[in-house]
Amino acid sequence: MDKPKTVKILKLHPEKCDGCKACERACSQVHFKTDEGGDKSAIRIIKDGDSYKMHVCDQRGLCIDMCPVGAITRRKNGVVWLDKNVCIGCQACVGFCPIGAMRKSDARIEPFKCISCGACVRACPNDALELVEVKIDDIKEVVYHKQGA
Amino acid sequence: MVEGQIPVEEYETGNTRHKWDFKKIRFAHRILAEYNYKKGEVQRGYANRTLYVNLSNNTIKEKPVTDDMKKKFTGGRGFGLKLLWDSIKPTTRWNSEENELIITTGPLCGTTQYPGSGKSLCLSISPSTNIICDCNVGGFFGPYLKFAGFDALEIQGKAKNDVIVVIDGKKGRVTIETAPLEETNSHLLSEQLTHMYASEDTEKSRQKVSVVSSGKAAENSYWGCLNFSFYDIRRKVARMKQAGRGGLGTVLRDKKVKAIVAKVEKIDGISNHPADPMKLAKIGTKMHREIRDLDRHQCNMRAVGTGHLVEIMDTYDLLPTENYRFGSFPKVSKISSSKFYKLFTKVIPDGCWHGCTMACSKTVDDYTVKTGPYKGQKVTVDGPEYETIAAGSNMGFWDPLWILEFNFYCDTYGIDTISTGTSMAFYMEMYEYGILNKERCDGLELSFGNSEAVLEFMHRIARGDKGEFLNVASNGIRRVKDWLIKNGWGDPKLIEDCGMESKGLEYSEYVTKESLAMQGGYGLTLKGPQHDEAWLIFMDMVNNAIPTFHDKAEALHYFPMWRTWFGLNGLCKLPWNDIEPANNAETDEPAKVPEHVQNYVEYQNAVTGWNVKKEDLILQSERCYNWQRAMNVWMGRGQRKDDWIPYRSMGPVTEMEYMSRKDRYDKQLVEKLGLKKEDVDKMGTKEKMEKLYEYRRDQYQKLADAVYYRRGWTPNGIPTPQKMKQLGMDDPKMLKMLQEKIDEDEKNGLNVWGGKYGKGEKPPSIHPKYWEKW
Repeated sequence: MDKPKTVKILKLHPEKCDGCKACERACSQVHFKTDEGGDKSAIRIIKDGDSYKMHVCDQRGLCIDMCPVGAITRRKNGVVWLDKNVCIGCQACVGFCPIGAMRKSDARIEPFKCISCGACVRACPNDALELVEVKIDDIKEVVYHKQGA
Repeated sequence: MVEGQIPVEEYETGNTRHKWDFKKIRFAHRILAEYNYKKGEVQRGYANRTLYVNLSNNTIKEKPVTDDMKKKFTGGRGFGLKLLWDSIKPTTRWNSEENELIITTGPLCGTTQYPGSGKSLCLSISPSTNIICDCNVGGFFGPYLKFAGFDALEIQGKAKNDVIVVIDGKKGRVTIETAPLEETNSHLLSEQLTHMYASEDTEKSRQKVSVVSSGKAAENSYWGCLNFSFYDIRRKVARMKQAGRGGLGTVLRDKKVKAIVAKVEKIDGISNHPADPMKLAKIGTKMHREIRDLDRHQCNMRAVGTGHLVEIMDTYDLLPTENYRFGSFPKVSKISSSKFYKLFTKVIPDGCWHGCTMACSKTVDDYTVKTGPYKGQKVTVDGPEYETIAAGSNMGFWDPLWILEFNFYCDTYGIDTISTGTSMAFYMEMYEYGILNKERCDGLELSFGNSEAVLEFMHRIARGDKGEFLNVASNGIRRVKDWLIKNGWGDPKLIEDCGMESKGLEYSEYVTKESLAMQGGYGLTLKGPQHDEAWLIFMDMVNNAIPTFHDKAEALHYFPMWRTWFGLNGLCKLPWNDIEPANNAETDEPAKVPEHVQNYVEYQNAVTGWNVKKEDLILQSERCYNWQRAMNVWMGRGQRKDDWIPYRSMGPVTEMEYMSRKDRYDKQLVEKLGLKKEDVDKMGTKEKMEKLYEYRRDQYQKLADAVYYRRGWTPNGIPTPQKMKQLGMDDPKMLKMLQEKIDEDEKNGLNVWGGKYGKGEKPPSIHPKYWEKW
């Protein structure tokens, strides 16, 4: 199988965002069939002074090697995917994600994450979100058990 | 170098692959007994029943777990003690028909959220000590046993021919099957059985099988260990963790059990059905983050596992070299953790149970075997861990590859690297003194550093070769001491002082000469000299935080109880203090790691739904700890004389040792014994050694006095019925037995303190029979 070379990741245009969080509601609909957003959304919009910033997985894939049961893989389209039927809920990926983008809600023991499905992009009334294609080699990160600090 | 993010299916190790005719192997099985059970759900950490298998009459049955049993014994090792008490006699020995091999789990065992939560506890009467030995081991078997439906497995009796016991949690079926064609050595047997019993031919199916096995050398020595497999879906190897101490693998093979297989249909994050899973996820994630951020600045477990200790121990003069004569050695840099780091595979989650991000189970893949039956093959070596590397330095091995070779064969032959290493180191010292020689060693030249001779010795044991030395030496130091003394070879005192065993079990790998508290941590123990009860060297020797007997006794009460608690619950001790919160040093009691203790309180409550406080954790342990000591008493042991330790663990036995640390010892003669410096300077080494010997022996007895008193025992080390009642352990048979023993000690004048108390010194209590006033 040819390995994917690129992946689509989310990009926020803060100048267009008004903080309505339609994206979060759309995301929680995808993951938990609810429009609560917040803890049940993989994308989070956070107020940053007068503006807004986005907090979401950038598909770097550090969690792939963390998973003891191989539940996290990079799919053909480059997206880092957690298979909740294989997952044993250990939270190692949640704990080790360097940007805290592997999420855990109280709805179930297995974590969840952004799958670059574009639901949030479509939901945004202001076109503030965009999926952009990046090279995996440029963003990839590996947990390397370094000796010493 | 492995780059990471390799799909699981595509990962390769380069190990030699084996092809077996599984059809033929399976066809040779004959089912001797079958038991179908109703599959149940684990509730709040308990399966609420245990499994009993008798190999002599091929019976299989289940026993209920009562609320009273949970209250008194918590689970894990506690359940093991209860089951043993109900099954054995005071006269039971390791190879008695009624001796049992018990594997238990514990209510928190199998949790995936909190690091270090997959431990099994193994108990049996040990061939080395002939009292209860308990081992704490990783691997998937414990969690699978519980998720298959049982909190514990009890194997009694002996089979006539080699059998395997299969616990199939998918079908709800337990069988005893003959297994004539399988391999015996663990690295092959685990792989065979994993493939044979996986439901489908996939890596994920194989990951749902775990095998307990031993090996050929376990059949012919007292060092037999149990290997617990955990299938690695990336390496495609059934990796193994060892229940090493006390010869439990020897018991397994004596029962003619080749292996025990447990298999589950499915596991998930809430297979334990905890009372509060979200709480578990929260405290677990907090721990993962702590490890992520701090491990590399603290122990570096994720990079090199427990091997990080080698250079630290060397720095503090604690790394055993040449049979504990020295605590450091110029060649240590050759086997430091950086050397093994180069050999370890680096990007795989190396936990021995799911979710353990401490990941200390380091592994060398693609290792080419140098000697013996597997010479030339490429294999995965699990480890080496600190103890195995230090067993290497103890034997004078300064080449990492020979340590790997030793590690690989110990594991697959099913023998303990600690007991084997410590024993060989003793034989080597005796060889150096001419007490042993080539002729007396069946032609082996056992000089320090002769790794090829050690491996040859192991191959011969595994083959079952005969030889007077071989047969005695493979049963460990105690038997060799007796053998040397019986033959009149060498000075008996030298032999007794040099051989590092207590209660018949070989020491684990720390030099304790300068830490009295740690001498107690090895000697004033239940199963023998293993550091799992207390590790107080830094607290005592480096930080001088427990200067008085009273302080030391408090530490030798609290820490053994605290560490026992892990075994009652199916947990690993490492995530408690091998990672510490960033602000730990500023807390009131940094040695206890208060924040982590609080984690464990919340953890136990979140699984069981109880409402315990930190004091209750100690109480849970105290019940079981005293129970085990009382069982030792019941078996005629567990008294002051049994807590004897060899002088090598207290001070310099030989002039060379004294001279190698002359300044230190001379200074102590002045500062601690109150001798005048001029007088010390005039004394010969022999005389100085005698003074030190007398002083240190007496210090140890005084320590025992203080510890027995603190633990609520008599001066002869017997748990009192009063103490047992306080703890809520009211078994009349046990209380009566203890009272009778105490009365007998009274008649024999044994209820007296062991230390010599001079002017200004006081024993722990001046009241005879102080316990009667409680």
